[in-house]
Amino acid sequence: MASYARKSLTPSRVLIYAILLLACLAYLIPVFIMLITSFKTTGDIRTGNLISMPEAWSLDAWIKAWSSACTGVQCEGVSGYFWNSIQMAVPAVLISTGLGAINGYVLSKWRFRGSDIFFSLLLFGCFLPFQVILLPMAATLGKLGLANTTTGLVLVHVVYGVAFTTLFFRNFYVGVPDALIKAARLDGAGFVTIFVRILMPMSTPIFMVCVIWQFTQIWNDFLFGVVYASGDSQPITVGLNNLVNTSTGVKEYNVDMAAAMIAALPTLVVYIVAGKYFIRGLTSGAVKG
Amino acid sequence: MAQLGAVSQSTPRHSRVRLTQRLQHWLPKLALAPTGVMALVGIYGFMIWTGILSFTGSTFLPSYEFVGFDQYARLLGNDRWLTACTNLAIFGGLFITLCLVIGCFLAVLLDQRIRNEGVIRTIYLYPLALSMIVTGAVWQWILNPSLGLEKLMHDWGWTSFQFDWLTDPEMVIYTIVIAAVWQASGFVMALFLAGLRGIDPAIINAARVDGAGMPRIYLRIVLPAMRPVFFSSVMVLAHIAIKSFDLVTAMTAGGPGYASDLPALFMYSFTFTRGQMGLGAASSILMLGMLLAILVPYLYSELRGQRNG
Repeated sequence: MASYARKSLTPSRVLIYAILLLACLAYLIPVFIMLITSFKTTGDIRTGNLISMPEAWSLDAWIKAWSSACTGVQCEGVSGYFWNSIQMAVPAVLISTGLGAINGYVLSKWRFRGSDIFFSLLLFGCFLPFQVILLPMAATLGKLGLANTTTGLVLVHVVYGVAFTTLFFRNFYVGVPDALIKAARLDGAGFVTIFVRILMPMSTPIFMVCVIWQFTQIWNDFLFGVVYASGDSQPITVGLNNLVNTSTGVKEYNVDMAAAMIAALPTLVVYIVAGKYFIRGLTSGAVKG
Repeated sequence: MAQLGAVSQSTPRHSRVRLTQRLQHWLPKLALAPTGVMALVGIYGFMIWTGILSFTGSTFLPSYEFVGFDQYARLLGNDRWLTACTNLAIFGGLFITLCLVIGCFLAVLLDQRIRNEGVIRTIYLYPLALSMIVTGAVWQWILNPSLGLEKLMHDWGWTSFQFDWLTDPEMVIYTIVIAAVWQASGFVMALFLAGLRGIDPAIINAARVDGAGMPRIYLRIVLPAMRPVFFSSVMVLAHIAIKSFDLVTAMTAGGPGYASDLPALFMYSFTFTRGQMGLGAASSILMLGMLLAILVPYLYSELRGQRNG
C-alpha cells in the first residue's frame, strides 16, 4: 500500500518525519553512549556525563577489556572468551544449517507418511523454554564426557538450532515447483543428485538467512554458555557478564563498555553487512510457522 | 520376451537396481534420522525427564525417590517464586503492550512513503542483533543512579532530578522493561511493516474514494486486517518474556534482594547454585505450562484460520 500518498511536505508529514527521527535517536543513543564511554578515561567518566564527548580519545579501556580486565578471579580480559565464542559459533552454525537444509529438502520434496507429524513435533523446538531441558542435558553431557567443553556447547546449539533451520529451509523449498523435481527424477536423478545439482545452487538466499540467524542466536546465547561451560570454554557473553558484574575493585564503566562493544561487534557487523537478508528472514521465515 | 531369455544375464543388474531403489526409498528417512533422534531425546525425552525429576526429592544430585506433588506445593508456598511470577506478569504485560504499541505506531508512520526508509528500518531493528547481556550492560550504565542519566540531568541544570529505579525494589522491574522494549520493539515494527505491505492498496483507495480520512482508514480497515501479525507478535514476545534470563542477569542479577527475579532466573539459581534440583525442575515445568497456555490457543486459532481460509 502507501502508493496513494503524495509527497508534498504538509504539516502532518513534517510531524511524521519528526517522530521517526526522534525514534531513530532513541534507538541509537544507547549504543552511542556505549561507544563514547569506551573511549573515555576513568577520570573522564567522573567529570563528564553520559553523552559528553571524551576529553581525549583513549584506547586504554579497549586494551584493558581485551587483555587484562578481571572477570571474576582471573584478570586476562575477554579475549579468551571471544575466541571460545568463535570456536563454538562457527561449527555450530555450519552443522545446524547443513542439517536444516537436508531436513527441509526431505520435508518438502520427499514427503512420506508421518513427515508432517515429524515436522510439527520438531517445530515445537522453536518454542521450547530451554529451562525445561537444562537439567537432563547437563546430565547427558556429563555422561558423554562433554561437560564444560566447547564440543558440548556446539552439540547443544545444534540440537536446539535445527528446528529453526529446518523451518527456514522447508518454507523456502516448498516454494520450489514439484514439477522440477519430478522431471529430474524421470531423467534418473536420485535423492542426492537432485539436492546437490538442483536445490543447492538456488539456496544462496535462504542459506544466508539461516547463517545470519543462527550466528546471531548462538553468538548471543548466554543460558547454555553459563550452564554448560566452565572457565576456559565459556563464551563471550558469559565473559562480559562476569566482567560487568564482578564485585571486586572499582567499577570501570569505560572498560565495561569496551568489552560490551567487543561482544557486540561480530553480530553488528554481520547485521550491517547482510542486514537485508536478516530482515527478509525475520519477516518471512521466522514467523510463518 | 527377449528379456525373459536373458534372465540369467540380467539378474545381477536387477538386484542392483532393486537395491538402489530401496536405498532411494530409505535415503530421505535416513537423512532425517539424526534430527529425529536429537528431537526425540533432546526435546521430548528431556522434557519427560525434567517432569519426572519434578516429582522427586532431588537436591544437588538427581535422586529418584518420589515425593508426589511436594515440590509443587513448596514452590507455590515460596515467596521468591511468587515474586518472580508477579514480576513476570508485570514485565510480560508491559513488555508486550509497549512493543506492540510502539512497533505498530512506527510501522504505520514508516509506511507513509518515507525517504530513506531502508536506513530508518535498519536503525530500528539493529538492537535485535545485540546480545541481551550487552543490552543489559549498556542500560545498567545509563540507569546508574549516581553517574548515568541522573548526572546528565544534573549537569543540564535539573538538580532535583532523581532516577534510582535500578536500586529501588519497587521500581527495578520497570527498568528491565525499558531495556527489553528498546531491544525488541524494532522487531515488532518490522513484522507490522511486512504485514502492512501485504494489504491490497485497492481497499485503501476504495475507502478514500468514500471520503474516509487516513487515521480512520488505519483504525477501521488496516489494523483489523493485521490480526494475524498481531497474534504472531504476541506469541514471539510472550516467548521472549517467559524465557527472559540474560537481561535480568546482566542488569540486576535479580536484585536488589530478589526484587527483580523472574521464573527463568529462579529456576537457574535453585537448580544450579542452591542445589534444589527437584524444586528447580518443578519451576521449569510450570514455565512450560505458561508457554503452552499461550501457544495452544494460538496454534488452535491458526489452524482453524487455515481451514476456514
